[in-house]
Amino acid sequence: MDEPLLSDPDDRDFSRLRWRCRRGMLELDLLLGRFVNDHYRELDGAGRAALSRLLDMPDSELLTCLQGQADPADPELLSLVQRLR
Amino acid sequence: MSRIARRRFDALVIGAGGGGLRAALQLSQAEAHVAVVSKVFPTRSHTVAAQGGINAALANVSPDNWHWHMYDTVKGSDYLGDQDAIEYMCRAAARLVVELEHFGVPFSRLDGGRIYQRAFGGQSQNYGGEQASRTCAAADRTGHAMLHALYQQNLKARTHFFDEYFVLDLVMDTDGYCLGAVAIEIETGEPLLIEAKATLLATGGAGRIYRTTTNAHINTGDGMAMALRAGIPLQDMEFVQFHPTGIAGIGILISEGVRGEGGYLINGSGERFMERYAPHAKDLASRDVVARAIYTEVEEGRGCGPKKDHILIKVDHLGEEVIKKRLPGIRELSRRFAGVDPIEGPIPVYPTAHYSMGGIPTNRFGQVVAPVQTGPEEPVPGLYAAGECACVSVHGANRLGGNSLLDIVVFGRAAGNHILEILKEYRYHRPTPNAAVDAVLERLRRWDRKGDGESVDVLRDEMQRLMEKHCGVFRTGKVMAEGIKKLEALARRLPDTVLRDHSRVFNTARIEALELENLMDVALATIHSAAARQESRGAHTRLDFPKRDDMQWLKHTLYNRDGRRLDYKPVRMKPLTVDPFPPKERVY
Repeated sequence: MDEPLLSDPDDRDFSRLRWRCRRGMLELDLLLGRFVNDHYRELDGAGRAALSRLLDMPDSELLTCLQGQADPADPELLSLVQRLR
Repeated sequence: MSRIARRRFDALVIGAGGGGLRAALQLSQAEAHVAVVSKVFPTRSHTVAAQGGINAALANVSPDNWHWHMYDTVKGSDYLGDQDAIEYMCRAAARLVVELEHFGVPFSRLDGGRIYQRAFGGQSQNYGGEQASRTCAAADRTGHAMLHALYQQNLKARTHFFDEYFVLDLVMDTDGYCLGAVAIEIETGEPLLIEAKATLLATGGAGRIYRTTTNAHINTGDGMAMALRAGIPLQDMEFVQFHPTGIAGIGILISEGVRGEGGYLINGSGERFMERYAPHAKDLASRDVVARAIYTEVEEGRGCGPKKDHILIKVDHLGEEVIKKRLPGIRELSRRFAGVDPIEGPIPVYPTAHYSMGGIPTNRFGQVVAPVQTGPEEPVPGLYAAGECACVSVHGANRLGGNSLLDIVVFGRAAGNHILEILKEYRYHRPTPNAAVDAVLERLRRWDRKGDGESVDVLRDEMQRLMEKHCGVFRTGKVMAEGIKKLEALARRLPDTVLRDHSRVFNTARIEALELENLMDVALATIHSAAARQESRGAHTRLDFPKRDDMQWLKHTLYNRDGRRLDYKPVRMKPLTVDPFPPKERVY
């Protein structure tokens, strides 16, 4: 994988989000890490902002959502969670 | 000295899991000026993944008392646990669980309102009698609930948090005092000197030394490696707890529940091989038996997949309805992480590294102890450790379920209390010598080197595979000796690795490189300690030395980084107030 060249602000944001995918649970490391690596660059500004908000969720709640046992109330987060599922 | 920013606190806590936060709370509530440094946001520490619960002899469900809990813990440790620390922990448990409840942990309840307690393996009534129910749980989110409650309490007590700072190394003076640490802010890449009269390492485990582990990516043994580089030995690193069935190559747990529902293991030729290893219990044999069988099948060339490096759990014969109804969580995990719907095909599994019993040697006050001058257990002034990175040692050679969350609150709090005592004596900070800070910064500068070289990812992958193959669930002298040669050769390649990107801002590749250095030091400690111990005890299983040998090996290992030198020290067999539990054969 190409390491991002961080002089580019876009890459900096990518790196920042990738670090925030480091979680307390291996399941989340893997689910979020893969998604950010594979799809971050396809997201528009609103999508990236939603992703940043999603990463603010506590680990257990996030895992519950990603496993389809609950849905976030925020429609933007819901659509992101549906892609992640 | 290089000009870097500096901050001063009474106490510095490195790591924001349950152990670090419990210590910080004790300090902040007593109005000490405390900083907690964490490489990720505090509530994303690995404590959040602890689902089982926390042991305390509350006797809410079955008759119980702390003596029985102590007996179980000593026996579970295969008699390598220090009985003074174990007594201290088991006696403190009930009070500290109630305290957690007051901090806001929503424990599950019985109808009458008292805390619910579940039964776990290794728990008994009356010294090895009937099953006890000793584990208090907040549904299946006990770790999560504890971590969040402790974080909130720390905010209320005004603990200062440095979130997303990565600690490079401890700052030690020539008299052997710990003066604090140098961290870098991940956001800016700038170093920061944090001076403190006392420093607590609470950085958690090191499961990432293995390819297959249940541990999150953050568990890179940072504090253990910092201690090694500061000249402090690591204790009992050969003892790593493995779970028999993790998703192959990934590590995520596939619980015993799958086999309980009728799933069974098959090898590369489709044979139901557990019938050969455990004719009666078959797939429901105990964890170590199942792990041993899986390992043997793979080692003898009967594994599955193109590399024949795992075996399979077959579930599809249970039928779609049963799987959907009884195993929905496992189905979800398998679909996502193994790419297999168990309704259609079997799940690839392999034993997965779960918990480090060993770590930084401490006494029951959380003080780091080492053979500094004359005795084997002299406190290192200003330095403390608690939780999975420490070895106090309450888990000895094998940890019981529900005792790790207890360990972190008991010894996090104890360390906080001891630090409060020394803060009364030390009113002023000792001066920080420039050379001590420069020595730490040198570690950072090394990664500024440019040019061609090896990649961090390649070396880490190789290290993890080597550890799995040469120092995994089952060990022999020959395989480990070969592993040591290969791992030492790999470690010699580490100075040749370079980063492609040298920018300062959010350069996470640089953090991953620093983590690799930590992992390598911890991996070396583990394999050297394991190769030397010629017996089987607890989680350390030697095929060439299948029996426990109390005459030769009822002692703690101490591994020193310099010269890979091994020392030993006696197990503390004498409890604080009760009679000792002498070693017996461990039968369940």
